[in-house]
Amino acid sequence: MQQKDVLPMKTEKSDKRPAPAPVSEPITGAEAVIRSLIAEGVETIFGYPGGAIMPIYDALYDFQVSGQVNHILVRHEQGATHAAQGYARSSGKTGVVFATSGPGATNLVTGLADAYMDSTPMVAITGQVAAALLGTDAFQETDVIGITMPITKWNIQVTRPEDIPGAIAKAFYIAKSGRPGPVLVDITKNAQFGKLDFQYEACEYIRSYRPKPVLNMEQVEAAAALINASKRPYILCGHGVLIADAQKELIAFAEKAGIPIASTLLGLSAVSVDHPLYVGYVGMHGNYSPNINTNECDVLIAVGMRFDDRITGDVNTYARQAKVVHIEIDEAEIHKIIKADAPVHADAKEALQALTGKIDAKDTKAWIQSFKELDKQEDEKVRHKELYPTEGELKMAEVIRLISEKTGGEAILVTDVGQHQMIASRYYGFKSPNTNITSGGMGTMGFALPAAMGAKVGKEEREVVAIIGDGCFQMTLQELGTIYQSKIGVKIVILNNNFLGMVRQWQQLFFDRRYSSTEMTNPDFVQIAKGFFIPGKKVTDRSEISDAIDEMLNTPGAYLLEVVVEKEDNVFPMVPAGAPIASIRLD
Amino acid sequence: MQKEYTITVYTEDRIGITNRITIIFTRRRINITSLTTSETEIPGVYKFVITVLATRELLDKVVLQIERLIEIHRAFVHEEDEVVYQELALYKVSTKALSNGNIERLIRDNHARILTIAEDYFVIEKTGHQQELLDMLKKLEPYGLIEYTKSGRVAIVKWSRRFHEHLKNLGEKQMDNLPPGVTHPEANRSGISL
Repeated sequence: MQQKDVLPMKTEKSDKRPAPAPVSEPITGAEAVIRSLIAEGVETIFGYPGGAIMPIYDALYDFQVSGQVNHILVRHEQGATHAAQGYARSSGKTGVVFATSGPGATNLVTGLADAYMDSTPMVAITGQVAAALLGTDAFQETDVIGITMPITKWNIQVTRPEDIPGAIAKAFYIAKSGRPGPVLVDITKNAQFGKLDFQYEACEYIRSYRPKPVLNMEQVEAAAALINASKRPYILCGHGVLIADAQKELIAFAEKAGIPIASTLLGLSAVSVDHPLYVGYVGMHGNYSPNINTNECDVLIAVGMRFDDRITGDVNTYARQAKVVHIEIDEAEIHKIIKADAPVHADAKEALQALTGKIDAKDTKAWIQSFKELDKQEDEKVRHKELYPTEGELKMAEVIRLISEKTGGEAILVTDVGQHQMIASRYYGFKSPNTNITSGGMGTMGFALPAAMGAKVGKEEREVVAIIGDGCFQMTLQELGTIYQSKIGVKIVILNNNFLGMVRQWQQLFFDRRYSSTEMTNPDFVQIAKGFFIPGKKVTDRSEISDAIDEMLNTPGAYLLEVVVEKEDNVFPMVPAGAPIASIRLD
Repeated sequence: MQKEYTITVYTEDRIGITNRITIIFTRRRINITSLTTSETEIPGVYKFVITVLATRELLDKVVLQIERLIEIHRAFVHEEDEVVYQELALYKVSTKALSNGNIERLIRDNHARILTIAEDYFVIEKTGHQQELLDMLKKLEPYGLIEYTKSGRVAIVKWSRRFHEHLKNLGEKQMDNLPPGVTHPEANRSGISL
């Protein structure tokens, strides 16, 4: 096939974007990169310089000095990607990352894959060796396009300066539209040095790409008919609801017909935990009643979720009794895991609006009561003793309860991966949308510290609390340096049980308590924070925890609170991997 | 049940598109048995014809995952009777065989033809379905076959006329980009009639 890097853009400019500063003289490709980003409304870039991206960093210098764009120097490129994810999820904007070629670019891989799994919009710009050296194993040359192909929504290598604005315009359009995702633009050094007549036109259409399907009313009618005929309808709210900004539409829809709403891990915070129809969260460590009742409902309405195996358990026994309505913007997700009886291939907001008009009010009191009864069992067997222990070592759940109470459920909670993540997701009382940031699909340890940093940059006015396990913290703790240098006021809570807790729990339950390589001899975390000039405190006793959380929240700027918690605490309820969800264990 | 299916994929002209498509098969552990690609009658639009051994249910999911790629127009799974297809084989045979009168008859009877004759070898061309090409291979072996090579499948889909009209419209209208707020008349995937 012909070698053609970028199709020329011929779009009319959207009035939503700020007009780029006019440039009359030819400029370098590197400067075109920065001007293109500014034209896209980019305010903050997370990155790390290096040989192959130096021209872009050089061009960045003037724009940074004049305050047109802000750059945050991370300590590792993986940190840049997670920070961009946190930034995107808290602000709703596209996160932007810079990295150099070779190792710089390969360090992005984990974050790109994580963003791909969790549908987070990100544009990563990597430097590349000069076009003439491509394919010669030149210094710091890596086939980053090949490497990132399966984990990006789109990627492109630009070898000519004149193609830079078009590629960046396309990158932003693709990253943010439809089902969002990460995009990578690899720019060779000669393209950065070369000159072009700069003109920026935002991309609004690509002929082979249909990000948003036109709502098909026949599908809506079919879904409405199923819902109207149901006695026990049930909504599963996924991340797609937040991405489509469809929280209000979801609640209006649920309230009209009295439908209980359960959330997936990434759907958390779309519906306030106080809402009378909210019944908790589903999945391996989700709540008892929403998991059990998945196998009791007669119509399951899945909105913007993809039936991950941590939600379904054994698919052969999952919601077999129910007709399934699946509202999903990505057609490839429909029927992928669970066959839908009434698929609605659409944007969640549009679909829910249309559906609300077609459904009837109904009496679901008895059905909702059934959740409450099951919930009581969870409360008695698990919740109460987790949240309000009076003796023994500190429990993760009570720490989360206190943080939840003291922040009024209004902080942006960024969690890492493991027991603390599940406990935080279970017990933090989310009140407003986009306040739950976690690595759902990939389950990336080390996510929370950099993601919290990015989330705080994206929403400075909000309290951002990172909940991190002792194992996770040690995967990306170098970002404390970024937090200090860029004065990012993020609150860090390490729940330290001196174990890789979740793995240890599985070893206990499924591997005869053979704790193979899960016990950790940890450093003095507070001293480490001190080394980065971040104040902190270590708490081991129940009597100190409340005051310590107050101190953390009242201290201006960043703060690290280490809480030593029960060593062999387990997270229940639990659906063992691959087991039917009805086999959920309370202990 | 596993059987052989033909998959057609219509793509934009982009470096790496083959890779993007094949990765999706690889992830599902589906072995591609043949792959051909060529430009279509619409400038800038390429067509991939892929043959695989798999189940229909799995392939229906795979084509949607292929369609999710930005530069893909559409991807389809076809049953055997939905496509007209051919493959092309070249057979290099020792020139000595020509002195045996039977080989010319063999070529004629099998609707093959001689492409070129050199001092020590000659090349026979034959089109057909894979089994016919293999049968020919067996028949030629006793005559001193030097080399055999075969193309992937080339296929025409019986019902594809209206889809091609849709693609042609894309080409003619040069609808690469539209002003904001304007909906492409064919932007709705489900609106494309086939």
